Amino acid sequence: MRSVKKKGILADLREGLIHRLFQTSGLMVIAILLGIIALLLYTSVPAFREIGLREFLTSTRWDPTSPEKPEYGFLSMLASTIMVTIGAMVISFPLGVAVASYLSDVAAPKVREIVKPIVELLAAIPSVVVGFIGITLVGPLIARVFNLSHGLNALNGSLLLAIMALPTIISISEDSLNAVPVSYVEASLALGANPWETLIKVKIPAAASGIIASLMLGMGRAIGETMTVLMATGNARAFPSGFLQSVRTLTANIAIELGEVPYYSTHYYALFALGLVLFLITFFINLSADVILEKQKRKLQ
Amino acid sequence: MKNSVRKSSKNLRGQLTQFLGFLVLRLSVCFILFILLYFFYDIFINGHQTISWEFLSQPPRKGMTEGGIFPAIFGTFLVTLITTAIAVPLGMAAAIYLNEYARTDRLTRLIRLSIRNLAGVPSVVYGLFGVILFVNLLKLGTSVLSAGLTLALLTLPWTITASEEALKTVPDSYREGALALGATKWQMIRTNVLPYSLPGMLTGAILGLARAAGETAPIMFTGAAFYLPFLPASLRDQFMALPYHLYIMATQHHAIDKARPLAYGTALVLVVFVILFNLTAVILRSRLRGKWKN
Repeated sequence: MRSVKKKGILADLREGLIHRLFQTSGLMVIAILLGIIALLLYTSVPAFREIGLREFLTSTRWDPTSPEKPEYGFLSMLASTIMVTIGAMVISFPLGVAVASYLSDVAAPKVREIVKPIVELLAAIPSVVVGFIGITLVGPLIARVFNLSHGLNALNGSLLLAIMALPTIISISEDSLNAVPVSYVEASLALGANPWETLIKVKIPAAASGIIASLMLGMGRAIGETMTVLMATGNARAFPSGFLQSVRTLTANIAIELGEVPYYSTHYYALFALGLVLFLITFFINLSADVILEKQKRKLQ
Repeated sequence: MKNSVRKSSKNLRGQLTQFLGFLVLRLSVCFILFILLYFFYDIFINGHQTISWEFLSQPPRKGMTEGGIFPAIFGTFLVTLITTAIAVPLGMAAAIYLNEYARTDRLTRLIRLSIRNLAGVPSVVYGLFGVILFVNLLKLGTSVLSAGLTLALLTLPWTITASEEALKTVPDSYREGALALGATKWQMIRTNVLPYSLPGMLTGAILGLARAAGETAPIMFTGAAFYLPFLPASLRDQFMALPYHLYIMATQHHAIDKARPLAYGTALVLVVFVILFNLTAVILRSRLRGKWKN
Protein backbone atom coordinates (compact mmCIF):
# COMPACT_ATOMS: atom_id res chain seq x y z
CA MET A 1 0.00 0.00 0.00
CA ARG A 2 2.71 2.34 1.08
CA SER A 3 4.92 1.50 -1.88
CA VAL A 4 2.10 2.24 -4.27
CA LYS A 5 1.73 5.67 -2.76
CA LYS A 6 5.45 6.31 -3.04
CA LYS A 7 5.43 5.29 -6.64
CA GLY A 8 2.52 7.63 -7.16
CA ILE A 9 4.49 10.58 -5.85
CA LEU A 10 7.48 9.74 -8.00
CA ALA A 11 5.30 9.38 -11.05
CA ASP A 12 3.65 12.70 -10.30
CA LEU A 13 7.04 14.31 -10.03
CA ARG A 14 8.11 12.86 -13.32
CA GLU A 15 4.90 13.89 -15.01
CA GLY A 16 5.30 17.41 -13.69
CA LEU A 17 8.88 17.56 -14.88
CA ILE A 18 7.95 16.39 -18.38
CA HIS A 19 5.15 18.92 -18.49
CA ARG A 20 7.59 21.69 -17.57
CA LEU A 21 10.05 20.49 -20.20
CA PHE A 22 7.50 20.73 -22.98
CA GLN A 23 6.24 24.02 -21.66
CA THR A 24 9.75 25.45 -21.75
CA SER A 25 10.13 24.57 -25.40
CA GLY A 26 6.83 26.32 -26.08
CA LEU A 27 7.89 29.41 -24.18
CA MET A 28 11.20 29.42 -26.01
CA VAL A 29 9.39 30.59 -29.14
CA ILE A 30 8.38 33.79 -27.37
CA ALA A 31 11.93 34.13 -26.06
CA ILE A 32 13.35 33.87 -29.58
CA LEU A 33 11.04 36.57 -30.92
CA LEU A 34 11.81 38.87 -27.99
CA GLY A 35 15.49 38.02 -28.36
CA ILE A 36 15.50 39.08 -31.99
CA ILE A 37 13.79 42.36 -31.13
CA ALA A 38 16.08 43.02 -28.18
CA LEU A 39 19.35 42.27 -29.94
CA LEU A 40 18.38 44.24 -33.06
CA LEU A 41 17.44 47.24 -30.90
CA TYR A 42 20.56 46.89 -28.78
CA THR A 43 22.85 46.77 -31.80
CA SER A 44 21.04 49.59 -33.61
CA VAL A 45 21.17 52.12 -30.79
CA PRO A 46 24.88 52.98 -31.31
CA ALA A 47 24.07 53.62 -34.97
CA PHE A 48 21.37 56.14 -34.14
CA ARG A 49 23.65 57.74 -31.57
CA GLU A 50 26.61 58.03 -33.93
CA ILE A 51 24.74 58.94 -37.10
CA GLY A 52 21.76 60.78 -35.67
CA LEU A 53 18.21 59.60 -36.16
CA ARG A 54 17.52 62.59 -38.36
CA GLU A 55 20.15 61.81 -40.97
CA PHE A 56 19.23 58.13 -40.95
CA LEU A 57 15.53 58.79 -41.51
CA THR A 58 15.63 61.79 -43.84
CA SER A 59 18.72 61.48 -46.03
CA THR A 60 18.59 59.75 -49.38
CA ARG A 61 22.36 59.27 -49.51
CA TRP A 62 23.95 56.07 -48.26
CA ASP A 63 27.72 56.20 -48.60
CA PRO A 64 29.35 54.65 -45.52
CA THR A 65 32.80 54.22 -47.07
CA SER A 66 33.21 57.80 -48.30
CA PRO A 67 36.65 59.05 -47.14
CA GLU A 68 35.47 62.66 -46.64
CA LYS A 69 32.06 62.29 -45.07
CA PRO A 70 30.34 58.95 -44.64
CA GLU A 71 26.57 59.25 -45.07
CA TYR A 72 23.88 56.99 -43.72
CA GLY A 73 20.45 57.87 -45.11
CA PHE A 74 18.09 54.95 -45.63
CA LEU A 75 15.45 56.64 -47.79
CA SER A 76 16.70 55.51 -51.20
CA MET A 77 16.74 51.91 -50.11
CA LEU A 78 13.33 52.18 -48.48
CA ALA A 79 11.95 53.69 -51.70
CA SER A 80 13.54 50.90 -53.74
CA THR A 81 12.07 48.24 -51.48
CA ILE A 82 8.61 49.81 -51.69
CA MET A 83 8.83 50.22 -55.44
CA VAL A 84 9.93 46.67 -56.18
CA THR A 85 7.29 45.33 -53.79
CA ILE A 86 4.45 47.37 -55.29
CA GLY A 87 5.49 46.27 -58.77
CA ALA A 88 5.44 42.66 -57.61
CA MET A 89 2.01 42.96 -56.00
CA VAL A 90 0.45 44.59 -59.08
CA ILE A 91 1.31 41.40 -60.99
CA SER A 92 0.99 38.87 -58.23
CA PHE A 93 -2.26 39.85 -56.51
CA PRO A 94 -4.73 39.54 -59.44
CA LEU A 95 -3.00 36.42 -60.67
CA GLY A 96 -2.95 34.86 -57.22
CA VAL A 97 -6.62 35.60 -56.52
CA ALA A 98 -7.52 34.18 -59.94
CA VAL A 99 -5.67 30.94 -59.22
CA ALA A 100 -7.18 30.74 -55.72
CA SER A 101 -10.67 31.18 -57.21
CA TYR A 102 -9.93 28.50 -59.77
CA LEU A 103 -8.78 26.08 -57.09
CA SER A 104 -11.71 26.73 -54.78
CA ASP A 105 -14.56 27.07 -57.32
CA VAL A 106 -13.69 25.74 -60.76
CA ALA A 107 -11.15 22.94 -60.60
CA ALA A 108 -12.28 19.33 -60.44
CA PRO A 109 -10.99 17.64 -57.27
CA LYS A 110 -8.51 15.59 -59.30
CA VAL A 111 -7.05 18.65 -61.04
CA ARG A 112 -6.82 20.37 -57.66
CA GLU A 113 -4.82 17.48 -56.26
CA ILE A 114 -2.27 18.01 -59.01
CA VAL A 115 -2.17 21.82 -59.20
CA LYS A 116 -1.86 22.43 -55.45
CA PRO A 117 1.42 20.57 -54.90
CA ILE A 118 2.85 22.29 -57.98
CA VAL A 119 2.00 25.69 -56.55
CA GLU A 120 3.62 24.59 -53.28
CA LEU A 121 6.68 23.58 -55.25
CA LEU A 122 6.91 27.18 -56.40
CA ALA A 123 7.38 28.18 -52.77
CA ALA A 124 10.14 25.63 -52.39
CA ILE A 125 12.46 26.92 -55.10
CA PRO A 126 15.42 28.47 -53.28
CA SER A 127 15.50 32.25 -53.70
CA VAL A 128 19.08 32.07 -54.99
CA VAL A 129 17.86 29.91 -57.88
CA VAL A 130 15.14 32.45 -58.67
CA GLY A 131 17.79 35.18 -58.62
CA PHE A 132 19.92 33.11 -60.98
CA ILE A 133 16.96 32.85 -63.35
CA GLY A 134 16.67 36.63 -63.08
CA ILE A 135 20.24 37.01 -64.28
CA THR A 136 20.20 34.40 -67.03
CA LEU A 137 16.62 34.43 -68.31
CA VAL A 138 14.52 37.43 -67.23
CA GLY A 139 17.34 39.98 -67.44
CA PRO A 140 18.26 39.34 -71.10
CA LEU A 141 14.54 39.26 -71.96
CA ILE A 142 13.96 42.69 -70.40
CA ALA A 143 17.09 44.05 -72.09
CA ARG A 144 15.80 42.90 -75.48
CA VAL A 145 12.23 44.12 -75.04
CA PHE A 146 13.18 47.59 -73.79
CA ASN A 147 16.39 47.84 -75.77
CA LEU A 148 18.67 48.25 -72.74
CA SER A 149 22.30 47.27 -72.23
CA HIS A 150 21.31 44.94 -69.37
CA GLY A 151 18.10 43.87 -67.67
CA LEU A 152 19.13 44.00 -64.02
CA ASN A 153 16.63 46.55 -62.73
CA ALA A 154 13.55 47.10 -60.56
CA LEU A 155 11.26 45.51 -63.15
CA ASN A 156 13.28 42.30 -63.08
CA GLY A 157 13.05 42.21 -59.28
CA SER A 158 9.30 42.87 -59.37
CA LEU A 159 8.66 40.08 -61.88
CA LEU A 160 10.61 37.55 -59.82
CA LEU A 161 9.14 38.65 -56.49
CA ALA A 162 5.68 38.39 -58.05
CA ILE A 163 6.35 34.72 -58.70
CA MET A 164 7.76 34.20 -55.23
CA ALA A 165 4.80 35.86 -53.49
CA LEU A 166 2.25 33.82 -55.47
CA PRO A 167 2.16 30.71 -53.26
CA THR A 168 1.42 32.81 -50.16
CA ILE A 169 -1.32 34.80 -51.88
CA ILE A 170 -2.85 31.70 -53.45
CA SER A 171 -2.96 29.54 -50.35
CA ILE A 172 -4.30 32.22 -47.97
CA SER A 173 -6.89 33.45 -50.51
CA GLU A 174 -8.00 29.91 -51.23
CA ASP A 175 -8.41 29.19 -47.53
CA SER A 176 -10.55 32.32 -47.16
CA LEU A 177 -12.71 31.40 -50.15
CA ASN A 178 -13.18 27.91 -48.81
CA ALA A 179 -14.15 29.30 -45.42
CA VAL A 180 -17.20 31.08 -46.88
CA PRO A 181 -20.22 29.15 -45.52
CA VAL A 182 -21.97 26.88 -48.01
CA SER A 183 -25.28 28.54 -47.11
CA TYR A 184 -24.09 31.78 -48.76
CA VAL A 185 -23.35 29.92 -51.98
CA GLU A 186 -26.60 27.94 -51.86
CA ALA A 187 -28.63 31.09 -51.29
CA SER A 188 -27.01 32.78 -54.26
CA LEU A 189 -27.50 29.80 -56.55
CA ALA A 190 -31.10 29.41 -55.42
CA LEU A 191 -31.78 33.01 -56.38
CA GLY A 192 -30.74 32.18 -59.91
CA ALA A 193 -27.15 33.39 -59.99
CA ASN A 194 -24.75 31.17 -61.88
CA PRO A 195 -21.47 29.94 -60.32
CA TRP A 196 -19.46 32.82 -61.83
CA GLU A 197 -21.82 35.46 -60.45
CA THR A 198 -21.79 33.65 -57.12
CA LEU A 199 -17.99 33.72 -57.08
CA ILE A 200 -17.72 37.41 -58.00
CA LYS A 201 -20.68 38.84 -56.11
CA VAL A 202 -20.94 36.58 -53.08
CA LYS A 203 -17.84 34.55 -52.32
CA ILE A 204 -15.08 37.06 -53.06
CA PRO A 205 -16.82 39.88 -51.14
CA ALA A 206 -17.44 37.53 -48.21
CA ALA A 207 -13.79 36.45 -48.25
CA ALA A 208 -12.49 39.97 -48.93
CA SER A 209 -10.72 40.50 -45.63
CA GLY A 210 -8.87 37.20 -45.95
CA ILE A 211 -7.89 38.06 -49.50
CA ILE A 212 -6.54 41.42 -48.32
CA ALA A 213 -4.61 39.57 -45.62
CA SER A 214 -3.10 37.34 -48.32
CA LEU A 215 -1.96 40.46 -50.15
CA MET A 216 -0.31 41.75 -47.00
CA LEU A 217 1.43 38.46 -46.27
CA GLY A 218 2.63 38.33 -49.88
CA MET A 219 3.95 41.85 -49.44
CA GLY A 220 5.75 40.85 -46.26
CA ARG A 221 7.37 38.01 -48.15
CA ALA A 222 8.45 40.31 -51.02
CA ILE A 223 9.86 43.00 -48.72
CA GLY A 224 11.98 40.48 -46.82
CA GLU A 225 13.26 38.60 -49.86
CA THR A 226 17.01 39.01 -50.17
CA MET A 227 18.91 36.87 -52.64
CA THR A 228 16.52 37.35 -55.54
CA VAL A 229 16.60 41.15 -55.45
CA LEU A 230 20.30 41.16 -54.65
CA MET A 231 21.01 39.24 -57.84
CA ALA A 232 18.38 40.68 -60.19
CA THR A 233 17.98 44.40 -59.48
CA GLY A 234 21.46 45.69 -60.32
CA ASN A 235 22.16 47.25 -56.90
CA ALA A 236 22.66 50.91 -57.91
CA ARG A 237 22.69 53.10 -54.83
CA ALA A 238 20.84 56.11 -56.22
CA PHE A 239 17.25 57.07 -55.40
CA PRO A 240 15.03 55.02 -57.73
CA SER A 241 13.59 56.94 -60.67
CA GLY A 242 11.84 54.26 -62.71
CA PHE A 243 11.26 50.56 -63.12
CA LEU A 244 13.96 50.30 -65.76
CA GLN A 245 16.61 51.69 -63.38
CA SER A 246 18.85 49.56 -61.21
CA VAL A 247 17.87 49.79 -57.55
CA ARG A 248 19.19 48.58 -54.23
CA THR A 249 16.70 47.42 -51.59
CA LEU A 250 17.14 47.31 -47.81
CA THR A 251 17.71 43.56 -47.83
CA ALA A 252 20.18 43.66 -50.72
CA ASN A 253 22.17 46.43 -49.06
CA ILE A 254 22.53 44.47 -45.83
CA ALA A 255 23.63 41.39 -47.79
CA ILE A 256 26.18 43.31 -49.86
CA GLU A 257 27.79 45.28 -47.05
CA LEU A 258 27.65 43.01 -44.02
CA GLY A 259 30.32 40.77 -45.48
CA GLU A 260 32.96 43.46 -45.73
CA VAL A 261 32.24 45.62 -42.69
CA PRO A 262 34.46 45.56 -39.55
CA TYR A 263 32.56 44.36 -36.46
CA TYR A 264 31.38 47.11 -34.07
CA SER A 265 32.03 50.01 -36.46
CA THR A 266 29.44 52.70 -37.16
CA HIS A 267 28.81 51.03 -40.50
CA TYR A 268 28.19 47.68 -38.78
CA TYR A 269 25.69 49.23 -36.39
CA ALA A 270 24.03 51.07 -39.28
CA LEU A 271 23.40 47.77 -41.07
CA PHE A 272 21.66 46.45 -37.97
CA ALA A 273 19.58 49.62 -37.93
CA LEU A 274 18.49 48.74 -41.48
CA GLY A 275 17.72 45.24 -40.22
CA LEU A 276 15.61 46.74 -37.44
CA VAL A 277 13.66 48.83 -39.95
CA LEU A 278 13.11 45.75 -42.09
CA PHE A 279 12.01 43.71 -39.10
CA LEU A 280 9.56 46.39 -37.93
CA ILE A 281 7.99 46.76 -41.39
CA THR A 282 7.44 43.02 -41.87
CA PHE A 283 6.41 42.57 -38.23
CA PHE A 284 3.60 45.11 -38.47
CA ILE A 285 2.44 43.86 -41.84
CA ASN A 286 2.30 40.27 -40.60
CA LEU A 287 0.66 41.28 -37.34
CA SER A 288 -2.09 43.22 -39.13
CA ALA A 289 -2.67 40.34 -41.54
CA ASP A 290 -2.95 38.06 -38.55
CA VAL A 291 -5.52 40.27 -36.85
CA ILE A 292 -7.56 40.46 -40.06
CA LEU A 293 -7.52 36.68 -40.50
CA GLU A 294 -8.54 36.06 -36.88
CA LYS A 295 -11.44 38.50 -37.21
CA GLN A 296 -12.63 36.83 -40.40
CA LYS A 297 -12.41 33.40 -38.81
CA ARG A 298 -14.62 34.53 -35.96
CA LYS A 299 -17.09 36.25 -38.30
CA LEU A 300 -17.57 33.26 -40.58
CA GLN A 301 -17.89 30.71 -37.81
CA MET B 1 -43.45 34.22 -74.74
CA LYS B 2 -41.63 37.49 -75.12
CA ASN B 3 -40.76 37.30 -71.50
CA SER B 4 -39.21 33.88 -71.78
CA VAL B 5 -37.13 34.95 -74.79
CA ARG B 6 -35.75 37.83 -72.82
CA LYS B 7 -35.07 35.54 -69.95
CA SER B 8 -33.22 33.00 -72.03
CA SER B 9 -31.14 35.68 -73.73
CA LYS B 10 -30.16 36.99 -70.32
CA ASN B 11 -29.37 33.46 -69.34
CA LEU B 12 -27.23 33.08 -72.45
CA ARG B 13 -25.32 36.23 -71.65
CA GLY B 14 -24.80 35.00 -68.12
CA GLN B 15 -23.43 31.75 -69.42
CA LEU B 16 -21.13 33.58 -71.79
CA THR B 17 -19.70 35.77 -69.01
CA GLN B 18 -19.29 32.70 -66.88
CA PHE B 19 -17.49 30.93 -69.67
CA LEU B 20 -15.18 33.89 -70.26
CA GLY B 21 -14.63 34.43 -66.52
CA PHE B 22 -13.68 30.83 -65.90
CA LEU B 23 -11.50 30.94 -68.99
CA VAL B 24 -9.52 33.83 -67.47
CA LEU B 25 -9.06 31.83 -64.27
CA ARG B 26 -7.95 28.75 -66.21
CA LEU B 27 -5.51 30.80 -68.27
CA SER B 28 -3.99 32.27 -65.08
CA VAL B 29 -3.32 28.78 -63.79
CA CYS B 30 -1.84 27.68 -67.12
CA PHE B 31 0.35 30.79 -67.14
CA ILE B 32 1.81 30.01 -63.73
CA LEU B 33 2.33 26.35 -64.54
CA PHE B 34 4.01 27.35 -67.79
CA ILE B 35 6.41 29.72 -66.01
CA LEU B 36 7.31 27.14 -63.41
CA LEU B 37 7.90 24.43 -66.00
CA TYR B 38 9.88 26.82 -68.16
CA PHE B 39 12.15 27.67 -65.22
CA PHE B 40 12.87 24.00 -64.64
CA TYR B 41 13.26 23.35 -68.35
CA ASP B 42 15.78 26.18 -68.73
CA ILE B 43 17.87 25.03 -65.79
CA PHE B 44 17.75 21.43 -66.95
CA ILE B 45 18.65 22.18 -70.57
CA ASN B 46 21.58 24.37 -69.62
CA GLY B 47 22.73 22.39 -66.62
CA HIS B 48 22.54 18.72 -67.49
CA GLN B 49 25.71 18.68 -69.60
CA THR B 50 27.72 19.90 -66.66
CA ILE B 51 26.54 17.11 -64.39
CA SER B 52 29.02 14.28 -64.23
CA TRP B 53 30.55 12.11 -61.56
CA GLU B 54 33.54 14.41 -61.60
CA PHE B 55 31.36 17.50 -61.06
CA LEU B 56 29.69 15.89 -58.05
CA SER B 57 32.80 14.42 -56.47
CA GLN B 58 35.57 16.98 -57.08
CA PRO B 59 36.38 20.34 -55.49
CA PRO B 60 36.42 23.51 -57.65
CA ARG B 61 39.70 24.20 -59.46
CA LYS B 62 41.49 27.08 -61.20
CA GLY B 63 39.73 29.96 -59.44
CA MET B 64 36.39 28.11 -59.63
CA THR B 65 36.35 27.98 -63.44
CA GLU B 66 36.75 24.21 -63.50
CA GLY B 67 36.17 21.19 -61.33
CA GLY B 68 33.16 20.28 -59.24
CA ILE B 69 31.04 21.20 -56.27
CA PHE B 70 31.70 18.39 -53.80
CA PRO B 71 32.70 20.65 -50.86
CA ALA B 72 29.49 22.64 -51.35
CA ILE B 73 27.34 19.49 -51.35
CA PHE B 74 29.15 18.24 -48.27
CA GLY B 75 28.81 21.59 -46.50
CA THR B 76 25.10 21.88 -47.21
CA PHE B 77 24.62 18.33 -45.97
CA LEU B 78 26.54 19.08 -42.78
CA VAL B 79 24.76 22.34 -41.97
CA THR B 80 21.37 20.76 -42.66
CA LEU B 81 22.28 17.93 -40.28
CA ILE B 82 23.01 20.45 -37.52
CA THR B 83 19.79 22.30 -38.26
CA THR B 84 17.85 19.02 -38.09
CA ALA B 85 19.43 17.97 -34.81
CA ILE B 86 18.31 21.22 -33.18
CA ALA B 87 15.11 22.29 -34.91
CA VAL B 88 13.29 18.96 -35.18
CA PRO B 89 13.33 17.89 -31.50
CA LEU B 90 12.64 21.44 -30.30
CA GLY B 91 9.84 21.87 -32.82
CA MET B 92 8.26 18.56 -31.82
CA ALA B 93 8.49 19.40 -28.12
CA ALA B 94 6.87 22.81 -28.62
CA ALA B 95 4.13 21.23 -30.75
CA ILE B 96 3.47 18.55 -28.10
CA TYR B 97 3.12 21.29 -25.51
CA LEU B 98 0.71 23.29 -27.66
CA ASN B 99 -1.43 20.37 -28.75
CA GLU B 100 -1.36 18.04 -25.71
CA TYR B 101 -0.69 20.12 -22.62
CA ALA B 102 -1.57 23.75 -23.15
CA ARG B 103 -5.00 25.17 -22.45
CA THR B 104 -6.20 27.87 -24.81
CA ASP B 105 -5.34 30.82 -22.64
CA ARG B 106 -3.53 34.07 -23.21
CA LEU B 107 -0.11 32.42 -22.97
CA THR B 108 -0.76 29.87 -25.70
CA ARG B 109 -2.25 32.58 -27.88
CA LEU B 110 0.94 34.55 -27.40
CA ILE B 111 3.04 31.50 -28.31
CA ARG B 112 1.02 30.93 -31.47
CA LEU B 113 1.27 34.60 -32.39
CA SER B 114 5.04 34.43 -31.93
CA ILE B 115 5.27 31.37 -34.16
CA ARG B 116 3.34 33.07 -36.94
CA ASN B 117 5.43 36.19 -36.64
CA LEU B 118 8.72 34.29 -36.55
CA ALA B 119 7.66 32.59 -39.78
CA GLY B 120 7.40 36.05 -41.38
CA VAL B 121 10.75 37.42 -40.22
CA PRO B 122 12.94 37.99 -43.31
CA SER B 123 15.76 35.48 -43.65
CA VAL B 124 18.38 38.23 -43.79
CA VAL B 125 17.21 39.39 -40.35
CA TYR B 126 17.86 35.87 -39.05
CA GLY B 127 21.31 36.27 -40.56
CA LEU B 128 21.86 39.50 -38.63
CA PHE B 129 20.59 37.87 -35.45
CA GLY B 130 22.97 34.94 -36.01
CA VAL B 131 25.89 37.31 -36.43
CA ILE B 132 25.25 39.08 -33.12
CA LEU B 133 24.20 36.10 -31.02
CA PHE B 134 26.14 33.09 -32.28
CA VAL B 135 29.14 34.59 -34.06
CA ASN B 136 29.88 37.43 -31.66
CA LEU B 137 28.15 37.12 -28.28
CA LEU B 138 28.50 33.35 -27.91
CA LYS B 139 31.89 33.52 -29.64
CA LEU B 140 31.24 30.61 -31.98
CA GLY B 141 32.81 32.61 -34.81
CA THR B 142 31.83 32.24 -38.45
CA SER B 143 31.40 28.50 -38.43
CA VAL B 144 29.19 25.70 -39.62
CA LEU B 145 27.80 25.56 -36.06
CA SER B 146 26.75 29.23 -36.08
CA ALA B 147 25.15 28.79 -39.51
CA GLY B 148 23.36 25.61 -38.41
CA LEU B 149 22.00 27.31 -35.29
CA THR B 150 20.83 30.31 -37.32
CA LEU B 151 19.04 28.03 -39.80
CA ALA B 152 17.54 26.07 -36.91
CA LEU B 153 15.87 29.24 -35.59
CA LEU B 154 14.60 30.02 -39.08
CA THR B 155 13.16 26.51 -39.49
CA LEU B 156 11.63 26.27 -36.03
CA PRO B 157 8.24 27.89 -36.82
CA TRP B 158 7.77 25.52 -39.77
CA THR B 159 8.67 22.38 -37.80
CA ILE B 160 6.36 23.39 -34.95
CA THR B 161 3.44 24.02 -37.31
CA ALA B 162 4.01 20.78 -39.22
CA SER B 163 4.36 18.75 -36.02
CA GLU B 164 1.17 20.19 -34.61
CA GLU B 165 -0.72 19.33 -37.79
CA ALA B 166 0.50 15.76 -37.41
CA LEU B 167 -0.57 15.60 -33.76
CA LYS B 168 -4.02 16.84 -34.71
CA THR B 169 -4.55 13.87 -37.06
CA VAL B 170 -4.47 11.43 -34.12
CA PRO B 171 -8.10 10.85 -33.05
CA ASP B 172 -9.03 11.80 -29.50
CA SER B 173 -10.35 8.29 -28.87
CA TYR B 174 -6.73 7.06 -28.88
CA ARG B 175 -5.96 9.48 -26.06
CA GLU B 176 -9.12 8.69 -24.12
CA GLY B 177 -8.48 4.97 -24.43
CA ALA B 178 -5.06 5.26 -22.82
CA LEU B 179 -6.25 7.58 -20.07
CA ALA B 180 -9.20 5.31 -19.29
CA LEU B 181 -6.78 2.43 -18.76
CA GLY B 182 -4.99 4.50 -16.12
CA ALA B 183 -2.06 5.75 -18.14
CA THR B 184 -0.48 9.04 -17.11
CA LYS B 185 -0.41 11.86 -19.59
CA TRP B 186 3.15 11.21 -20.67
CA GLN B 187 2.51 7.45 -20.99
CA MET B 188 -0.49 8.26 -23.15
CA ILE B 189 1.54 10.58 -25.37
CA ARG B 190 4.39 8.12 -25.65
CA THR B 191 2.34 5.05 -26.46
CA ASN B 192 -0.80 6.32 -28.13
CA VAL B 193 0.01 9.67 -29.72
CA LEU B 194 3.65 9.84 -30.80
CA PRO B 195 3.85 6.53 -32.70
CA TYR B 196 0.92 7.59 -34.86
CA SER B 197 1.99 11.16 -35.46
CA LEU B 198 5.72 10.61 -35.91
CA PRO B 199 5.60 9.92 -39.68
CA GLY B 200 3.58 13.08 -40.23
CA MET B 201 5.96 15.08 -38.09
CA LEU B 202 8.93 13.82 -40.05
CA THR B 203 7.23 14.66 -43.34
CA GLY B 204 6.82 18.24 -42.20
CA ALA B 205 10.38 18.28 -40.97
CA ILE B 206 11.65 17.16 -44.38
CA LEU B 207 9.87 20.05 -46.07
CA GLY B 208 11.23 22.56 -43.57
CA LEU B 209 14.76 21.27 -43.91
CA ALA B 210 14.62 21.30 -47.70
CA ARG B 211 13.82 25.00 -47.43
CA ALA B 212 16.57 25.59 -44.90
CA ALA B 213 19.09 23.86 -47.14
CA GLY B 214 18.27 26.28 -49.96
CA GLU B 215 18.64 29.42 -47.83
CA THR B 216 21.55 31.73 -48.55
CA ALA B 217 21.11 34.99 -46.65
CA PRO B 218 21.22 33.49 -43.14
CA ILE B 219 24.46 31.57 -43.75
CA MET B 220 26.34 34.18 -45.77
CA PHE B 221 27.67 35.95 -42.68
CA THR B 222 27.50 33.20 -40.11
CA GLY B 223 29.77 30.60 -41.65
CA ALA B 224 29.55 29.99 -45.39
CA ALA B 225 32.82 30.55 -47.21
CA PHE B 226 33.52 31.78 -50.72
CA TYR B 227 36.06 29.05 -51.33
CA LEU B 228 37.82 26.55 -49.07
CA PRO B 229 40.59 24.23 -50.18
CA PHE B 230 39.61 21.68 -47.51
CA LEU B 231 36.45 20.21 -46.00
CA PRO B 232 35.37 21.43 -42.55
CA ALA B 233 37.06 19.22 -39.95
CA SER B 234 35.12 20.47 -36.93
CA LEU B 235 31.94 22.33 -36.13
CA ARG B 236 33.98 25.50 -35.62
CA ASP B 237 35.25 25.55 -39.21
CA GLN B 238 33.75 27.52 -42.06
CA PHE B 239 32.10 25.60 -44.88
CA MET B 240 31.06 25.88 -48.50
CA ALA B 241 27.34 25.60 -49.28
CA LEU B 242 25.42 24.92 -52.49
CA PRO B 243 23.19 28.02 -52.47
CA TYR B 244 26.03 30.37 -51.58
CA HIS B 245 28.22 28.72 -54.20
CA LEU B 246 25.52 29.32 -56.80
CA TYR B 247 25.34 32.98 -55.77
CA ILE B 248 29.11 33.33 -56.16
CA MET B 249 29.19 31.55 -59.50
CA ALA B 250 26.24 33.53 -60.87
CA THR B 251 27.50 36.98 -59.90
CA GLN B 252 31.19 36.48 -60.59
CA HIS B 253 32.07 38.54 -63.61
CA HIS B 254 35.46 37.38 -64.75
CA ALA B 255 35.58 34.28 -66.96
CA ILE B 256 31.81 34.34 -67.20
CA ASP B 257 31.75 31.91 -70.13
CA LYS B 258 33.52 29.32 -68.01
CA ALA B 259 31.64 30.01 -64.79
CA ARG B 260 28.14 30.01 -66.30
CA PRO B 261 27.91 26.28 -67.12
CA LEU B 262 29.16 25.48 -63.61
CA ALA B 263 26.53 27.82 -62.18
CA TYR B 264 23.81 26.08 -64.20
CA GLY B 265 25.08 22.71 -62.98
CA THR B 266 24.97 23.92 -59.36
CA ALA B 267 21.46 25.31 -59.85
CA LEU B 268 20.31 22.00 -61.33
CA VAL B 269 21.71 20.01 -58.41
CA LEU B 270 19.98 22.37 -55.97
CA VAL B 271 16.65 22.21 -57.80
CA VAL B 272 16.72 18.42 -58.18
CA PHE B 273 17.48 18.16 -54.48
CA VAL B 274 14.52 20.39 -53.59
CA ILE B 275 12.11 18.58 -55.93
CA LEU B 276 13.14 15.17 -54.60
CA PHE B 277 12.58 16.29 -51.03
CA ASN B 278 9.19 17.76 -51.85
CA LEU B 279 8.13 14.74 -53.85
CA THR B 280 9.06 12.45 -50.97
CA ALA B 281 7.06 14.60 -48.58
CA VAL B 282 4.03 14.79 -50.88
CA ILE B 283 3.99 11.02 -51.42
CA LEU B 284 4.48 10.31 -47.72
CA ARG B 285 1.72 12.75 -46.84
CA SER B 286 -0.81 11.30 -49.26
CA ARG B 287 -0.03 7.81 -47.95
CA LEU B 288 -0.47 8.93 -44.39
CA ARG B 289 -3.63 10.85 -44.98
CA GLY B 290 -6.62 9.15 -43.48
CA LYS B 291 -4.62 6.22 -42.21
CA TRP B 292 -5.90 6.67 -38.67
CA LYS B 293 -9.34 7.93 -39.35
CA ASN B 294 -11.83 5.77 -37.50
